[in-house]
Amino acid sequence: MASKAWLRGGALILLLLLFAALGAPIIAPHDPLRQNLANDLVAFSADHPLGTDKLGRDILSRTLYGARISLLVGFATVAISLVIGLVIGSLAGYFGGWIDLLLMRLVDILLAFPGILLAIAFTAVLGPGLNHVVLALCLIGWTGYARLVRGEIIALREREFVQAARALGGRPRRVIFRHLLPNLLAPLAIQATFGLAAAIIAEGSLSFLGLGVEPPTPSWGSMLNDGRQFLLVAPHLTTYPGLAIMISVFALNLVGDGLQDRFQGRSL
Amino acid sequence: MKRYLFHRLLLLLPTLFGALSLVFLLVHLIPGDPVEVMLGETASGADKQELRRALGLDQPLATQYRAFLTKLAAGDLGRSLFEQENVSAIIGQRLPATLELALCAMIAALFISFPLAFLAARRPGGIADRLALLFSLLGLSLPNFWMGPLLMILFSIQLGWTPVSGRGGFLHVILPALTLALGMAAILTRILRASLIQVARAEFVQAARAKGLSEKSVWFKHMLRNALLSVVTIMSLQFGALLAGSLITETVFSWPGIGRLTIQAIQTRDYPLVQGCVLVIAVAYVLVNFFTDIFYKLIDPRVSYGE
Repeated sequence: MASKAWLRGGALILLLLLFAALGAPIIAPHDPLRQNLANDLVAFSADHPLGTDKLGRDILSRTLYGARISLLVGFATVAISLVIGLVIGSLAGYFGGWIDLLLMRLVDILLAFPGILLAIAFTAVLGPGLNHVVLALCLIGWTGYARLVRGEIIALREREFVQAARALGGRPRRVIFRHLLPNLLAPLAIQATFGLAAAIIAEGSLSFLGLGVEPPTPSWGSMLNDGRQFLLVAPHLTTYPGLAIMISVFALNLVGDGLQDRFQGRSL
Repeated sequence: MKRYLFHRLLLLLPTLFGALSLVFLLVHLIPGDPVEVMLGETASGADKQELRRALGLDQPLATQYRAFLTKLAAGDLGRSLFEQENVSAIIGQRLPATLELALCAMIAALFISFPLAFLAARRPGGIADRLALLFSLLGLSLPNFWMGPLLMILFSIQLGWTPVSGRGGFLHVILPALTLALGMAAILTRILRASLIQVARAEFVQAARAKGLSEKSVWFKHMLRNALLSVVTIMSLQFGALLAGSLITETVFSWPGIGRLTIQAIQTRDYPLVQGCVLVIAVAYVLVNFFTDIFYKLIDPRVSYGE
């Protein structure tokens, strides 16, 4: 099956990425922050295989360290959004009525904005920084999980095994955690994979606009933004961080697609 | 249908109102004093106080909110802090550029995705299908803040075929439109391909073939028409993605539209301008989604939202 091979390929790339992020202090040939102005904008050298930026910093090292920021922002955003979405979606789906109406209107209001617009506005309010980026992305990110969980729970609520659990006197928390949530693992895992990809692109966009992680911390988006002024003389400044983002997001999409095929039937 | 419409409208109003309030709150929470930005840090305290009073910024938040809603009801979005012009006028000047870009991107996305989806759907699992799938995955993975500079390096700097940035004739719009179109083309290719494959299995298509219709007529008259429903929906839902994408793409290509205006307004802390831009984008987004729902219901009465 082709989709199985794609899933494996994606997972392999992700593992490598994780390895690069965790092992950056060992693998990276240079300190990502060390400047060497005499050696700026080098395209290629034995010492700097991916070249150096305008301050003479090693691009390979910065790209490796950048993986840490992207993955950190991605995982933190997905984890926090998932928990918030799970709680709010379960409450809305399980209890229904005015709780559902109120919570879903809140979701509607947040979804009235294209996601990145709110994230840009929030980081403008909060100021740049890693925590603020995660917070801004979570503020919108949870809505997708909440909708998913709510929909699935409404569909499951009337099923016999859930009714039996309730008839036996199961408290809402027990019914939700023991009987409903285990059925949601596959769709949530799929959504989380795509969410991780979206978070990596969003972090890149924010850093690209100068609203992300503060310099000199290397992040793929901010490296792209720095390199933009040197498109003519040093296109390599934008090539590698861009490639890094593309490969990560591509791998996540492969895995997400593969999981979807596996658990939800051929998505076509 | 009337009841349905009423229901949807009833849901639309709190959403719009909530979005307006959220925009107001957000903009007024942005740190940094616009008065200081306007006058410079060296201005005297009295001058600052005077300007603050003139702009109504010395009022409590609740009073400012009331004034904001009252003015908004009259269609007044306030004045820009720096450009000494009405926000609605500035947005009005920039809107055509964004619409032009969005329209060109949509057309480009259609031109890319239709042939790809057709080729893919002819033989599901074949080479063309795999390539189309690969294209759509890559398209979804290429962020437009990288895609833009890449196209710029290739077509403007290396080949010299297109201008590097700005708005002008047809040549100016090509690169930003392509950048913006890629994500949409990727999604459209997937959806159209899936719909075509699904429709191909339907009995009416087999009947059309059994009747002896030419392959061309089966594809275009029978299959495409049915597959188009999903395409129309996706295109309107993607409108939001286009607006979001225009924030970055317009910034990359210095395209003088709403997206770049929004980013610039945020950077200069031009409160009323940020407010106006975000409002216009959000309202457009909500309305497009609303009409998509209605339209969908009109052409396919089976659709129900269980409300």
